[in-house]
Amino acid sequence: MTSTMDRPGRLRDRAIRLVEAATTPLLPADYLDLFAPLRSGAELRGRIVGVEPETADAATILIKPGADWAGHQPGQYTRIGIDVDGVRQWRAYSLTHGPRNDGLISITVKAVPDGVVSHHLVHHCPVGSIVHLEQAAGEFVLPDPNGGKFLMVTAGSGVTPVIGMLRNLFPVADSGAVHLERSKGFDIVVVHVAPSEPDSIFLRDLKALDAAGLIQLVARYDDVHGVLDVNALGELVPDLHARTTLACGPAGLLDALTEHHERAGVPLVIEQFRTSRVEPGEGGTLHFAKSEKELVVDGATPILDAAEEAGMLMRSGCRMGLCMGCLIPMTEGTVRDLRNGELTTAIPGESGTVKVQTCIKAAAGPCHFDH
Amino acid sequence: MTTIQKKANNPIAHLSKEQIAELGRELDAIRQEIVDSRGADDAAYIRKVIKTQRYLEMGSRGVLLFSIFPPAWVLGTVGLSVSKILENMEIGHNILHGQWDWMRDPKIHSSTWEWDNVTPSDAWKHSHNEVHHTYTNIVGKDNDLGYGIMRVDEDQKWYPMYIAQPAWNFINACFFQYGIAAYDLELGKNLSRPKEKRPADFDDQVKKVLVKIRKHMTRDYVIHPVLSIPTGSFVPTIAANLVANWARNMWSHSVIMCGHFPEGVETFEREMLDEDETRGDWYIRQMLGSANISGSKLMHIMTGNLSHQIEHHLFPDLPSNRYAEAAVKVKAVFDKYELNYLERPLVPQIYSAWHKVVRLSFPNGWLETTTVKNLPKQVGVLAKMVTGGRKTRRALQRQLDDQARRRAVKVEKAEVVEAA
Repeated sequence: MTSTMDRPGRLRDRAIRLVEAATTPLLPADYLDLFAPLRSGAELRGRIVGVEPETADAATILIKPGADWAGHQPGQYTRIGIDVDGVRQWRAYSLTHGPRNDGLISITVKAVPDGVVSHHLVHHCPVGSIVHLEQAAGEFVLPDPNGGKFLMVTAGSGVTPVIGMLRNLFPVADSGAVHLERSKGFDIVVVHVAPSEPDSIFLRDLKALDAAGLIQLVARYDDVHGVLDVNALGELVPDLHARTTLACGPAGLLDALTEHHERAGVPLVIEQFRTSRVEPGEGGTLHFAKSEKELVVDGATPILDAAEEAGMLMRSGCRMGLCMGCLIPMTEGTVRDLRNGELTTAIPGESGTVKVQTCIKAAAGPCHFDH
Repeated sequence: MTTIQKKANNPIAHLSKEQIAELGRELDAIRQEIVDSRGADDAAYIRKVIKTQRYLEMGSRGVLLFSIFPPAWVLGTVGLSVSKILENMEIGHNILHGQWDWMRDPKIHSSTWEWDNVTPSDAWKHSHNEVHHTYTNIVGKDNDLGYGIMRVDEDQKWYPMYIAQPAWNFINACFFQYGIAAYDLELGKNLSRPKEKRPADFDDQVKKVLVKIRKHMTRDYVIHPVLSIPTGSFVPTIAANLVANWARNMWSHSVIMCGHFPEGVETFEREMLDEDETRGDWYIRQMLGSANISGSKLMHIMTGNLSHQIEHHLFPDLPSNRYAEAAVKVKAVFDKYELNYLERPLVPQIYSAWHKVVRLSFPNGWLETTTVKNLPKQVGVLAKMVTGGRKTRRALQRQLDDQARRRAVKVEKAEVVEAA
């Protein structure tokens, strides 16, 4: 075995080439996938091992990730590819637990109206089936894992990454919330904003943590308290300036928070979850060089939707401009951001190639992609 | 057969423009209904076929490690043949048509799939999906009409070399995958051109084919045979692979011949395109330019559902497992518009295709005017046409045409008398 130890790389490469020659035109992996889809070295996948209903329309999906799962930090999300009605759909979901002893990961999904994937996951998710995964990503994590004073502002489904962080700090057992030594250094206020008090599993979680004295919950309902005025945040959280704010929610709230915190000089970490769409632009032609396809599109349809509609194989992720899973290079042309109307232009020989998020960009004239 | 425009009894003459437009809408509706109902069951179907094929290939190759034992050789060879047929027909051909692109699975997608065929996917997608499926059965436009090496239509000019086309066709069947590769490269045409007149990427394309041939040969005739050396099965494994490749070639050639070659399939003139062909016209060309094979479900799967050639040509990118269901509705459209739905079982269909290949290997009218009595004289005429110059050929052809016409009149008269 010493000889293999000397040049393990080269011998291994040769062995791989030999096996590839035996399986051409397929790859050895195509055969191995029949037996061990979660093995090390395979494309990252996971097996759904449990679906735990949380409410009538929400469930926590437990997934055993493939051997190459690199772990995650609470607050991060992962992209999940799952076949719904035979069609591979990719979505980004926040991981709602910290790293677990059993090695499983979990997402908590609420079935939203018209939500193809969320309905499937909550109501029809077959235990035992394989999903496709990407490594956890996202910058929305606690700046200091050892402790500190934080304000978490959440709105709508923006609560999910926060729940991930809180569950990691304050696990809940049958006997109630667990007081961990490593979580003692945290002082957390959560301002949770919602249109009204809904039947939300996460709200109950927050209330339970508040009752146990682990966090301070400030719940604000638009129908009771009126729409949250960001400038009045100091009244809800008197020591606002002493805290680092982590905020996740719709664009309007985050924009207001950013402006307010910049003025006040308070540190802020944000994650945007909902897209508010602006009036569409003029549309144009999409030219895909590698696929040799040309599509005529309007200015309201995201490039991703138009291309998928035409049967093209596209990368996709959260479908709301968050996860960068859908980036493709644009060599020439102009696209409009459907969230804020912003134009992005690629000029050959000048700007070079520009990477474009296809899920939130629409054509604003003829566009050329190297895809 | 002759192009539809020249026929005395044009089978679409009874249709008005409006009817053709209506027919187009009806077929569009059949297509849309299937598009709208594609779902998890269809996805499960193609995954199951792919899985079955992979297990079958692994199993067969495993058994062939012991192919020195005759029963193992037979079992392994049959299994490998079936696996190769499945891989080419129901899986490769149909994925490369984009039939499964809607699943958005990068592993089962027309833009990523590479099949076990020496013609690379990209080249084949161009010559088959773009050229053949667009210009189906237009003489001079669709090279699939005889693959550029055969005469399968009266309107194609007869040359002496066609006398050997039945033999050609058989050789082509034995080495079909190489024939297809040469066809996709337009090898004959390009090699006879000066280098600078060949397409810019010609050398590149040839290289790609050679790489595939090398990989294919290495796998089937080196690696797997070498793996069987421990049981002394080196040579039997080579033989098994040879037979499996041959069987796959013969089978796919036969199935494909049944699609457009049988007697009764219509061909069209180029003018059809010049006057802005409508969707309905295009549909009619596909309907009358294709032929089906009737048979069991297993037969449909083994032909890659190209037994539903008519449906496949109408809707080339619908999932193959749905053609059977489309066929029922398509047939009703044929009936409604009084068109001929050309369908026969496998053997008669193969016979019919071969009959045409043989018939058209002779000059027009030769076979029709030949009887046992005048055989020696006719053979003499044929010999002169094969060996003689262009002038002789033209004169003798006129003579044959005359004879054929007189004969046709006589037959007609006899029929009238009989009817009276």
